[in-house]
Amino acid sequence: MKVKVLCRNPDDYVRETTRDIQRVPRNYDPTLHPFEVPREYTRALNATKLERVFAKPFVASLDGHRDGISCITKHAKSLSTIISGACDGEVKVWNLPRQECLRTVQAHEGFVRGICSRFCGTSFFTVGDDKTIKQWNWEAPGYGVREEPINTILGKAVFTGIDHHQREGTFVTCGQTVDIWDEQRSSPIRSFSWGVDSFSCVRYNPVETELLASCASDRSVVLYDTRESAPLRKVIMQLRSNTLCWNPMEAYYFTCANEDYNLYTYDIRHLDVPVTVHMDHVSAVLDVDYSPTGREFVSASFDKTIRIFPKDKGHSREVYHTKRMQHVICVRWSADNKYVLSGSDEMNIRLWKANASEKLGLLSAREKAATHYNKKLIEKFQHHPQVRRIARHRHLPGDILKQKRELREMREAQRRKEQNVRKHSKPGSVPLLTEKEKHVVAVVE
Amino acid sequence: MQNENLVQISFFNQLMLVHPRKKQNERSEASVQVSEYFVNAEGTGDKVNLSDLLGTVEKTSGASNKTKKQLRNLQSSKETLELPLNKQQTEKIQRGIAYEKTTAEVSCWKNIILQNQKAEQMVFPLNQESSGPKRVEQVVAGWKVQTPLEQEIFRLLHGSRQPVNDPVLTPVEEQSLKAMSLEEAKIRRAELQKARALQSYYEAKAKREKKIKSKKYHKVQNKAKRKDFLKQFDEMVKTNPEGALEELKKMELSRMEERMSLKHQNSGKWAKSKAIMAKYDDSARKAMQEQLQMNKDLTQKMVVPSDDEHESIEEGLETVPDFVNDPETVIDPVNPWMRGQLTHEEPEVSCVTAEEVQTAEEENEEEEIIGEFERKRKLSEVVEEDVVEVSDKEEEDEDEEEDVSEFNTLFRLMRSEKTREGSNQTRGGLNTAGEEDEEGLLSEGQIRVRSIEDLEVLDEVVEPRAIEEPSAPQTAAAEATSEPPHKKKREINLKEVLTKEAKAVRLPFLPTVVDEEERDEQISIIKEAFAGDDVISDFIKDKSRQEAAGRPAVVDLTLPGWGEWGGVGLKPPRWKRKRFRIKTAPPPPRQDQKLPDVIISEKRTASVASHQVSQLPFPFQNTAQFESSIRTPIGSTWNTQTVVKNMTKPKVVTKLGAIIEPMVKEDFIKSKTTAAGDLVFLSNCPKKINFIIFFLLQTLSSIFVVSLLGCLLNVPT
Repeated sequence: MKVKVLCRNPDDYVRETTRDIQRVPRNYDPTLHPFEVPREYTRALNATKLERVFAKPFVASLDGHRDGISCITKHAKSLSTIISGACDGEVKVWNLPRQECLRTVQAHEGFVRGICSRFCGTSFFTVGDDKTIKQWNWEAPGYGVREEPINTILGKAVFTGIDHHQREGTFVTCGQTVDIWDEQRSSPIRSFSWGVDSFSCVRYNPVETELLASCASDRSVVLYDTRESAPLRKVIMQLRSNTLCWNPMEAYYFTCANEDYNLYTYDIRHLDVPVTVHMDHVSAVLDVDYSPTGREFVSASFDKTIRIFPKDKGHSREVYHTKRMQHVICVRWSADNKYVLSGSDEMNIRLWKANASEKLGLLSAREKAATHYNKKLIEKFQHHPQVRRIARHRHLPGDILKQKRELREMREAQRRKEQNVRKHSKPGSVPLLTEKEKHVVAVVE
Repeated sequence: MQNENLVQISFFNQLMLVHPRKKQNERSEASVQVSEYFVNAEGTGDKVNLSDLLGTVEKTSGASNKTKKQLRNLQSSKETLELPLNKQQTEKIQRGIAYEKTTAEVSCWKNIILQNQKAEQMVFPLNQESSGPKRVEQVVAGWKVQTPLEQEIFRLLHGSRQPVNDPVLTPVEEQSLKAMSLEEAKIRRAELQKARALQSYYEAKAKREKKIKSKKYHKVQNKAKRKDFLKQFDEMVKTNPEGALEELKKMELSRMEERMSLKHQNSGKWAKSKAIMAKYDDSARKAMQEQLQMNKDLTQKMVVPSDDEHESIEEGLETVPDFVNDPETVIDPVNPWMRGQLTHEEPEVSCVTAEEVQTAEEENEEEEIIGEFERKRKLSEVVEEDVVEVSDKEEEDEDEEEDVSEFNTLFRLMRSEKTREGSNQTRGGLNTAGEEDEEGLLSEGQIRVRSIEDLEVLDEVVEPRAIEEPSAPQTAAAEATSEPPHKKKREINLKEVLTKEAKAVRLPFLPTVVDEEERDEQISIIKEAFAGDDVISDFIKDKSRQEAAGRPAVVDLTLPGWGEWGGVGLKPPRWKRKRFRIKTAPPPPRQDQKLPDVIISEKRTASVASHQVSQLPFPFQNTAQFESSIRTPIGSTWNTQTVVKNMTKPKVVTKLGAIIEPMVKEDFIKSKTTAAGDLVFLSNCPKKINFIIFFLLQTLSSIFVVSLLGCLLNVPT
């Protein structure tokens, strides 16, 4: 009789050291693992539930200011440092991991309107209601030495915003005009004005570094090129835009935060219609900032919430609020794409996780694999009603909810009215406008 | 006033005289009012007109004719220039131009943005330098010859003219080829090709043979080799006696080793177990015998060429001295069949061999079978005619028996003769005869299977039987020598008989028959158990009921109208039936329509419905698409690790604690140009050699490297 014996190479199943992962032979025969869809569905459901259970976005609150926070900016080279300016002219430098204030400067009389960090991370600029631009050193002065700015420029009018060039020693301010300054000079090297009396915000494009955009008080957003003598183009909307932010990964997109509770993403090549209208806020949107990956942005609103929008979606994926947070005036996304900072009226800076249910810190390989799998499962079964129901659920404070309902009612009423008007007027006289088309009044060349 | 002026002018003239080199034509103008800012014409308030100036131009000789002409034309033309655009409009145009320029510039990002949007995975920060090991090309690309050692190595490399990329021949070889004439080169090439082809065939064959797992096959092979070797040895004795002697010594050594060891002596554990099995199992018996045979073969004493061969043979024949002392004899009592069968007559032996043949076939060792078939085929080709002759005789069994015995004796005689003739025959006919005597008929059959090939093989086959009739060796010798082909054909006949008989024995079918019976039994048991309830008909009824329930019922809305009778059993008029009996459209075919023994419920259950997707979600275009996206599992339960890793990789990956800078235009442009440059460079540089040198330089000492390279490249250092 002949007996045939299976012979296995020990190298296949014996690990070399005890530190190696045990090799587990698996049989992937589908008949041995039946019901794959129901099983994965259950896993997806559990993953969604867990995601919601672990969604605890609030990390820390930095208190110390004695008035509402008016502006925040990130350090250009350090993730752990931020500066904030308050409505009483005080500027504070914070250390995020230790959650403490490193330095306090009485920078201006009246509001600190804007702060920007120099690209090299050695100094920062502040503008205030006292018509001055001040340049400060990032390093705190020695003990007993008075806090003095490196440089002070006295302007003719109030400056409302400031932004620094990405790689050169120039910066831009806005007030009655949009001025471009050289760091070495005390007068602007160029001024742009286009029949507007005041601007609220100006931003350099981080990719196409010579491009600028500003929000003006005549409900317009104006584009500039510093190499050209005149502004480029202006788009006028139904209500004023408060701030805008360029997408750091997609050169020709920017998003502006509007008074009409919406945010608009524009393609500068086609300004006549916004690419996306982001609507979820129930009050004026005061600030917006893109994530450094350019996939999402965060917006701060007068309705006491901050929301995170995917750049190409009309509705937010996340809403953050706390009981004590009042009107959120400024918001920033941290440079490592992990956190969101918000400064609000009630003198606090809050640190949030950008991904509410994300586990912080280093993950082991298995943890990582599990989270990736869970994410993928949720994505796969996102259309299933139960999964969707759980994944979409967010808690909102009562008054915001009420406002939201009210707003919906109003919109519905408007729509109905428009329908009726259209029904009772000459066909074609009341055109059917999409939501995108409604908000742009004109594009001025 | 005028006087003063004149005085000034004269003074100026004097000055000019002092410096005659700078002397210029002075211009004196008569005017009433002299101003230092402008020139006045005649009147005080008048302006200077172009025509006034032109008049003087005409007169002056210095002005060119061309300008004069142009001025005249200008004078004659009456048109005025258009007003310039107002500020707003110019600015608007400027803005428009600037905007166009900027949008064009910005549009260069389009491709990158689209690419990033479509990318399966984006890793931030962008333009990260990988921390892992780099490719050799990357490392080597930026490396230049610096030290004298490196220079020396490079000189060496260039001197040798080694193939840089992957050419078929080295430059040296190519040169040598060129040196030959065309025909020569062709011939050489063909030779090379042939050699290569042969080599590859040989390699393939060796590989194939090595892969064959059958022990039997290898045994056969070994035996064949041994025989070949013997043949060679015989020749060697004639041609090269010294070599033969050496070989003999080797054999002697192997014999000694064999005698020392307990190998092949059937004393081990395996042999004992086999001995137990031998009662029931033919193959076990066979295996044991093989072992013994092996031992015999190896321990056989070499027949040293002596003066009186006859004596030694006769000794072997008559006294049978060797194997009596051998340990193998012990086994005989263990295997009583062997002896018993020794006494049997030939036909029985043939029966047993037939069985063996059959078992061999059953073992599915294709190689051997094929080999056998081949051998048979060859033999049949050689002796076809003879076979035909003999086949007539076959019909009578008794005759056959006699014949076989006759041939066997003949063979034995022939063999003995051979031993006498071939002085150095390693396996003396006597010894082998003795062995086979002891072992019995079973082993015979086995040998016979192999023995068909040639005479040598035949020898072995016949020998055992020869001993059965030791009385008539000498007489038959003459006959045997006279007609050897006759014996061959006899042998074949026997084989044929065997194959015929093999059909009679059909053992292997028995167990399957038993299996079927068992199954039948089971079925009958099940039938018995469920004898009372007719499950199948119940099922069919149930199914038909459900099908009927699913079918749309005709809704009868007929009512008796005015002047009509109402009540049970009345038939409404035809038009009414047509109009008021509503037939709904038939539902789509049931899923179990073509499955006779399945009922698939198509009712929508509320508990499940809450988990089901009611509408086709956005990106999908049809339900099949969506379903397929759901159906493919992504978990590690169903997929291999790498597949899972691929399928679950996140869209955005960020590095912990790294600042993600916005895109930089220079990077993007640079990446485009440098990538191309790298490629060009790499295609030009000798990769392999760079690689070798780089690592040699990094690891080894200088002199050693030089000498090593010299060896590598066949260049005298």
